[in-house]
Amino acid sequence: MTATSPQTIQTVIVAPPSARSRGRSVGWWGIVVVIATEGTIFLGLLSTYFFLRASSPRWPPAGVAAPELPLISVFTVVLLASSLPIFWAEAGIARGQQGRLRAGLLVSFLLGAAFLGNQIYEYNHLEFGWTDHAYASIFWTTTGLHGLHVLGGLLISLVVQAKAWSGKLSAEHHESMQVFSLYWHFVDAVWIFVFSSLYLSPHLQ
Amino acid sequence: MATTEVRPAAEEPEHLEEIWEDDPGVPGFFSTIDHKRIGKRYIYTCFVFFAVGGIMALVMRLQLAGSEHTVLSPSAYNELFTVHGTTMIFLFNTPVLAGFGNYLLPMMIGTRDMAFPRLNAFSYWIFVLAGIFFYSSFLVDSAPDGGWFAYTPLTDKAYSAGLNLDFWGLGVAFVGISTTVGAVNFIVTTFKMRAPGMSLNRLPIYVWSMLVFSFMVIFAVPAVTLAAGLLELDRLFGTAFFVPKAGGSTLLYQHLFWFWGHPEVYILFVPAAGMISMIIPVFSRRPLAGYLWVAASLVAIGFISFGVWVHHMFATGMPALALSFFAAVSLIIAIPSGVQFFAWIATMWHGTVRFTTPMLFALGFLLVFLLGGITGVMVAVLPFDWQATDSYFIVAHLHYVLNGAVVFPIFAALYFWLPKITGRMLNERLGHTSFWTMFIGFNLAFFPMHILGFLGMPRRIYTYSSGLGWDALNLVVTLGSFAFGLGVLLTIINMAVSHFRGARAPDNPWEADTLEWATSSPPPDYNFEAVPVVASRHPLWDQQPLPVADSGPDDATRAFGPAGAHEHTTPITGGLRAAPETTMRIPEPTILPFVFAAGLAVFVVGLLAQALVVGVAGLALGMVGLAWWVWRIGEH
Amino acid sequence: MSRLRHAAAFAWVLASVLALAACSGSTEALDSHGSESRHIAGLWWLMFGLAAAVYVVVAGFIVLAAVRGRRGKPAGSRISPSMFIIVGGLVVPTLILLVLAVVTVTTTNALRKPSDDALRIEVTGERWWWDVRYPGRQIVTANELHVPVGQPIEIGLVSDNVIHSFWVPELAGKVDTIPGQRNVLRFTAEKPGTYLGVCAEFCGIQHAHMGFRVIAQSPGAFERWATAAATPPLQPDSEQTAQGQVLFQRLPCAGCHTVRGTEARGKVGPDLTDFTTRATIGAGAAENTPKNLARWIREAQSIKPGSLMPDLTLSDDDVAALVSYLQSLN
Repeated sequence: MTATSPQTIQTVIVAPPSARSRGRSVGWWGIVVVIATEGTIFLGLLSTYFFLRASSPRWPPAGVAAPELPLISVFTVVLLASSLPIFWAEAGIARGQQGRLRAGLLVSFLLGAAFLGNQIYEYNHLEFGWTDHAYASIFWTTTGLHGLHVLGGLLISLVVQAKAWSGKLSAEHHESMQVFSLYWHFVDAVWIFVFSSLYLSPHLQ
Repeated sequence: MATTEVRPAAEEPEHLEEIWEDDPGVPGFFSTIDHKRIGKRYIYTCFVFFAVGGIMALVMRLQLAGSEHTVLSPSAYNELFTVHGTTMIFLFNTPVLAGFGNYLLPMMIGTRDMAFPRLNAFSYWIFVLAGIFFYSSFLVDSAPDGGWFAYTPLTDKAYSAGLNLDFWGLGVAFVGISTTVGAVNFIVTTFKMRAPGMSLNRLPIYVWSMLVFSFMVIFAVPAVTLAAGLLELDRLFGTAFFVPKAGGSTLLYQHLFWFWGHPEVYILFVPAAGMISMIIPVFSRRPLAGYLWVAASLVAIGFISFGVWVHHMFATGMPALALSFFAAVSLIIAIPSGVQFFAWIATMWHGTVRFTTPMLFALGFLLVFLLGGITGVMVAVLPFDWQATDSYFIVAHLHYVLNGAVVFPIFAALYFWLPKITGRMLNERLGHTSFWTMFIGFNLAFFPMHILGFLGMPRRIYTYSSGLGWDALNLVVTLGSFAFGLGVLLTIINMAVSHFRGARAPDNPWEADTLEWATSSPPPDYNFEAVPVVASRHPLWDQQPLPVADSGPDDATRAFGPAGAHEHTTPITGGLRAAPETTMRIPEPTILPFVFAAGLAVFVVGLLAQALVVGVAGLALGMVGLAWWVWRIGEH
Repeated sequence: MSRLRHAAAFAWVLASVLALAACSGSTEALDSHGSESRHIAGLWWLMFGLAAAVYVVVAGFIVLAAVRGRRGKPAGSRISPSMFIIVGGLVVPTLILLVLAVVTVTTTNALRKPSDDALRIEVTGERWWWDVRYPGRQIVTANELHVPVGQPIEIGLVSDNVIHSFWVPELAGKVDTIPGQRNVLRFTAEKPGTYLGVCAEFCGIQHAHMGFRVIAQSPGAFERWATAAATPPLQPDSEQTAQGQVLFQRLPCAGCHTVRGTEARGKVGPDLTDFTTRATIGAGAAENTPKNLARWIREAQSIKPGSLMPDLTLSDDDVAALVSYLQSLN
């Protein structure tokens, strides 16, 4: 330490260091961390599902059939497929192709909306209500929370599409597309786990 | 203000102040997004909750000072111990550490604000609205009364019919949003906004601790959100998660709760230890010994703490083999704490210690944490825990670690950093007196509780019979707790007196080593007119004079110097060595974070009152806020 | 304040606190009269020895580290920072923890082992009392367990309401009663005596008054108790007592309480068949005396507010008759 007045800081101006190529944006990192915490919630719900299952003599409980697979399998494909136009759209805008951006977003939106539509249909036809028993509660809550995430994603998709159609995104600046696409892929990835756990695994025991 | 050898030819400093200052008065109060103002606000709000929670403890101690007192009815006592615990964990310890992080983190890494300043404001508003929501339960005579942990089935609608537990469940889930978004902010800020040259290897240990804190929050808080959330679904809507007769599980609640609950206590300890790692070296006049060991220990604690939660459930009848696994891991977690402990000792041993008030609190912390850690190891020993759990032995242990090993560092941090924050020194004499009163009072209050546990005194009882021999020790505990409270009061008085009459603080009153001390006290709104260039772990000790970067010609380097400050921007850096990447515009102050938070609060109240319209309105507002945010991403 | 005075002050405070600890009275959990509590007490003393040694040594280092070093120039030292960290922070703790891990495993393995000749007792945690049954012996009582010394005891623990925890520190560690599962506590009483127990899991408004007793007796004395406990009470031998029995069955009492051999078969509150042999009323809320009993019948809420025993408006004669009846229940 210097002898004179160490309690006042002396500074000297220097040239800034040289730049590196741009890494991920703060928004991207932000959504990554958000995905980590949201993913943990789904992990917790699936753990709850398997914990309740392990504590039960019969699962699903007596009088409840294992979930039917045909329709939901189709719409699982529909939902997972909705990620493909997003990849295509994001790669497109990275090269400045507004057309690809807009088309990809729109197709993905329609596929996602179809999935949600089927979920509403399925809810109307479920033989058990939310409060009937623990199996019903965890089934409704897990698929319901996922459905809310799909709904939120569709809402964000509309906003991003509005930005896309008003020319706010470019090859250099399309951060909202990067953030949205990560989120949407996350929603699809979660569905893989939810589908496997809640729909497939009861048929495997 | 820091002196520079080359002044920019551009505008006067006063104009710089204008660019960065908040709107005045009430509008400015609601619209600020300045991390320092938000951090201060967090700290002061938390101390209000600390005082309220502390007074509740003192009233409980009056009830327990002797057998069969009638100061409190059983229902009042049960409300007090529930609200005391919930307040101290959710409304004091966790947010005050976030508040210090808010204030200090950007300054320590040499930047001008957080990565998401509006989100930062939002996290404060959620916190304070959640606290108000929680305490409004008293206004309708329905304060939560199921314990801070709220085990089912006691907290199911069948056994807790009123609104009491709904205030708890909704409040806990709500305040978790604040903690979580705060963690997002800390992580992204640390990754992307460090001063150039501040590689991970040169991060102040406090910044490491806030990184570990934040990652732990990200992965732990979802569990308590689920515990409280599913409990509320059972209570409000009749689901069956925790109802054994409907296929639910009582223990499921405990697993979810403690999966968060155990990491939570390390979420509290890690930043406290980080603060101590900043303070001891300054008052030993030498760098922290074993920097890499200490950083690695913090990370290790972060990981291991997720593997021990069942040690809170040792008496629940699970098979001994499963319990033994968790006992083993609970023993192992003592080692990284031990490593840090000896790093601190080694630092003092090889240094020259100055007995300032912050250092006294640090020493007090060491002596208290040593005991709390030891009793923690004891209760990790499964069969011993079968006697100790749910007795006053645990009350002793938990207060030695959550009061002693977290609150003493908070007071050390207060005495250390308040001069920087307020620009005024605190009174050393009053500080010393406060410390000794707190230290003596603390040990008188909590040490005898170990013995009471051995005498068979269980937790959470509002009274006890006269023939049991518990009276004398309980009286000592009560006296000690009042002494501790007096010590706290002395610090609060110190803060008030300092505000009006404290000596002006220089830039670096303690001759410390890290970047937050390279500003005036208090700092200007923009923190650094020119961002420092870091080449050491201890910039202010090793780099004299401190190099600060001028603005460069391109987008990546424009924000560094005064030109960047004038444009209300801050640099974005990245990579292991924090090289320049781009420029980030800091948003203008806005009330939208407050509006968004208030909207969510309305939704929560709607859930409480089961008023569908209110709930939907609040949720709709939340959706609007989300859409607005997405619209604004990437604006330049 | 000078360095040395600081160090002295720290040392003084710590010494006082430790002295306070040493001077306090007897310690239930360490006055072990049961197999499990004896093992755990042994474990405790080992840990206490290690803890005291660690505390004194490490606190000594802290205080020494703080006071050594002349003003300005730090003193040299043969203990390098790495040595502090590696030896003090890694090696020594690891050794101590290894010892503790071993004793954890060995002690746990010695405890709660099933046995073929165990005496089985079924205990149910209620709000806020303990239902006690001896299956196969037709004994139903509340808040008190009798056990023979030297015979393994197996207590089945259940609850159909909220979580409670069965804890009698002089005999064993605690086990929770958790709705939806049956837990088991196993131990052997090693000395005759009366041991106090408490509920150790917060269970609502009267968690503080959910005490119980475990009375360990010689095998002969236990058998005598068991025979008497299985016999229904004798018929009332006085007019007042007979009047009490009539009142008991006519008033709400019989709706909540059972007295074997009579029409009273209520299941909400404790079985009162051997009520007069119990030491307390209301699971430790008051001593079992005629005066307290009269007050309990009239205004239980003033003794145990929030309990499920309601206040009853009765004449003095009625109360006296009920007291007389209840005191005859043996």
